[in-house]
Amino acid sequence: MKTAVQLPKNNSFQPQNNKNAKISVHNFNLFYGEKQALFDISLDINEKEITALIGPSGCGKSTFLRSINRMNDLIDNVKVSGEIFIDNENIYRSNDVIKLRTKVGMVFQKPNLFPMSIYDNVAYGPRMHGIKNKKVLNHIVEESLRGAAIWDEVKDRLKSSALGLSGGQQQRVCIARAIAMKPEVILMDEPTSALDPISTLKVEELLSQMKENYTIVIVTHNMQQAARVSDRTAFFLNGEVIEYDTTDTIFSVPKDKRTEEYITGRFG
Amino acid sequence: MSGFMEKSNRRKYFLEKLSGKLFLICAFISVISLALIISFVFFKGFRPFVAEGYNFIQFLLGYDWVPGEGHFGVFPMIVTSLYATIGALIIGVPIGLFTAVFLAEIAPKPIVKILSPAVQLLAGIPSVLFGVFGLAVIVPFLQNYLGLAKGQSLIAVIIVLAIMMLPTIVTVSETAIRSVPQSYREGSLALGVSEMRTIFKVVIPAAKSGIMAAIVLGMGRAIGETMAVILVAGNSLMIPTSLTDSVRPLTTNIALEMGYAAGIHQEMLFATGIVLFSFILILNFILAKISAKGGQ
Ligand SMILES: Nc1ncnc2c1ncn2[C@@H]1O[C@H](COP(=O)(O)OP(=O)(O)OP(=O)(O)O)[C@@H](O)[C@H]1O
Ligand SMILES: [Mg+2]
Repeated sequence: MKTAVQLPKNNSFQPQNNKNAKISVHNFNLFYGEKQALFDISLDINEKEITALIGPSGCGKSTFLRSINRMNDLIDNVKVSGEIFIDNENIYRSNDVIKLRTKVGMVFQKPNLFPMSIYDNVAYGPRMHGIKNKKVLNHIVEESLRGAAIWDEVKDRLKSSALGLSGGQQQRVCIARAIAMKPEVILMDEPTSALDPISTLKVEELLSQMKENYTIVIVTHNMQQAARVSDRTAFFLNGEVIEYDTTDTIFSVPKDKRTEEYITGRFG
Repeated sequence: MSGFMEKSNRRKYFLEKLSGKLFLICAFISVISLALIISFVFFKGFRPFVAEGYNFIQFLLGYDWVPGEGHFGVFPMIVTSLYATIGALIIGVPIGLFTAVFLAEIAPKPIVKILSPAVQLLAGIPSVLFGVFGLAVIVPFLQNYLGLAKGQSLIAVIIVLAIMMLPTIVTVSETAIRSVPQSYREGSLALGVSEMRTIFKVVIPAAKSGIMAAIVLGMGRAIGETMAVILVAGNSLMIPTSLTDSVRPLTTNIALEMGYAAGIHQEMLFATGIVLFSFILILNFILAKISAKGGQ
């Protein structure tokens, strides 16, 4: 998948190897101060597919994921080089992170709902972007909660605090909150690692449905999960992408020995 | 060998018991002194109403304070104390809150490193110095620029108190804002909400109970402040009708007259202390309610 093409330094770059690429990463490096955390990452992420990022702890999965919506900008002394294109637009060239993050939603490892009602949590994003009409908001909230397969569980308690829900329910409301912004891409950092098996299953089912409308990038430590839900898998090691291919290939006939070791070690 | 062990164990046990006792004694001393002060003030302050036939309601709502003629009414002072405190809050809370937000969320680290200790130092300045500053700077300023005959006035008190409550409000609400989980900020920013709106819509509401506590603590400081207020209040006995009136709040009434008062007059000053104490008690009660709510 790696592109050896030398990139022109402007926004009009067209990915040449893959017409479906929603996100196209080229020679991307990231430094925390002096310490390099990502090395020369190049890969294309397809539209309306689920792409899983796997690899041992500390290998840079979260760092890479947070590079896609520029959440790393919040950390002092972070430097990047290389390019990330979304819809052929270099996201590090433009300074409109607000527009970027409207287009690219994120779900975090631990549910992080605000201390407000369920309704207010889901309506938060649209409200902050200027939607005031009650009917419109009601519609967005319902649609988003339905989209996150949690509507039936919370429809009678929309006005009560979101923090009273179970962890699994909270995580699905987090997904609803992200969906409410009508993003095109959704980034998920180990969204089920804090959940029990049943909630995990529900979120996984949800992911498969969501694939129809969204491009999803998911970090997971759970091999079975990656194998079950994703279309493509990237294996990270020490800040590098060792192997990136269809999930079937990665899990049945990995080309790199290290990938095989990691996968079988985990299954072992 | 076992004898030695036993001995050392016994010694440990003895020390354990001794230190337990020591803590108990210390706790006892603090509680006793508090109880003594309160009962002394209440005993002295209530005596005229119980033994001398004075009316407590008349004391609270009376307009005249003329000790020589036996008139003891503290209503103007209550009103003044309330006006001064509320006025100081109106100025001090927004400034203090914005400073706290700036320090906790916006300012670059080097600036925080200088500004934060500076604000804390402000809390440690003896209150008389605030009074001196008020007298030397604020009072003349009011005289010269607002054309007051006498710069010592309600507005001077309000300004001095607002400055004095700043450190409390800033440090307590800064702590509250800093303790808002980073995940809330990230959740909001990841939705494409700007940093400023994130602060106002998520961070400050999440720090609400801490900020309320900061305000109540600041109020306590303002209502109880004496030394700085004496210097800038003017000390006239009347209900202020404008910000430029010379005023006398509850605290300064006690401090000004206690030195020479005797008999009923002195006891009425203690009664003034009871009124003041009740205000502080109410504030503490509110504070306890807020912290209990915040802990949920
Ligand atoms: N804010 C930061 N400042 C400095 N170094 C960081 C920071 N965040 C992460 N790192 C370092 O960058 C490397 C990659 O971290 P990252 O969190 O991306 O790994 P990860 O693959 O997500 O790990 P995990 O599976 O444990 O979540 C690690 O060595 C980590 O110590
Ligand atoms: Mg991670």
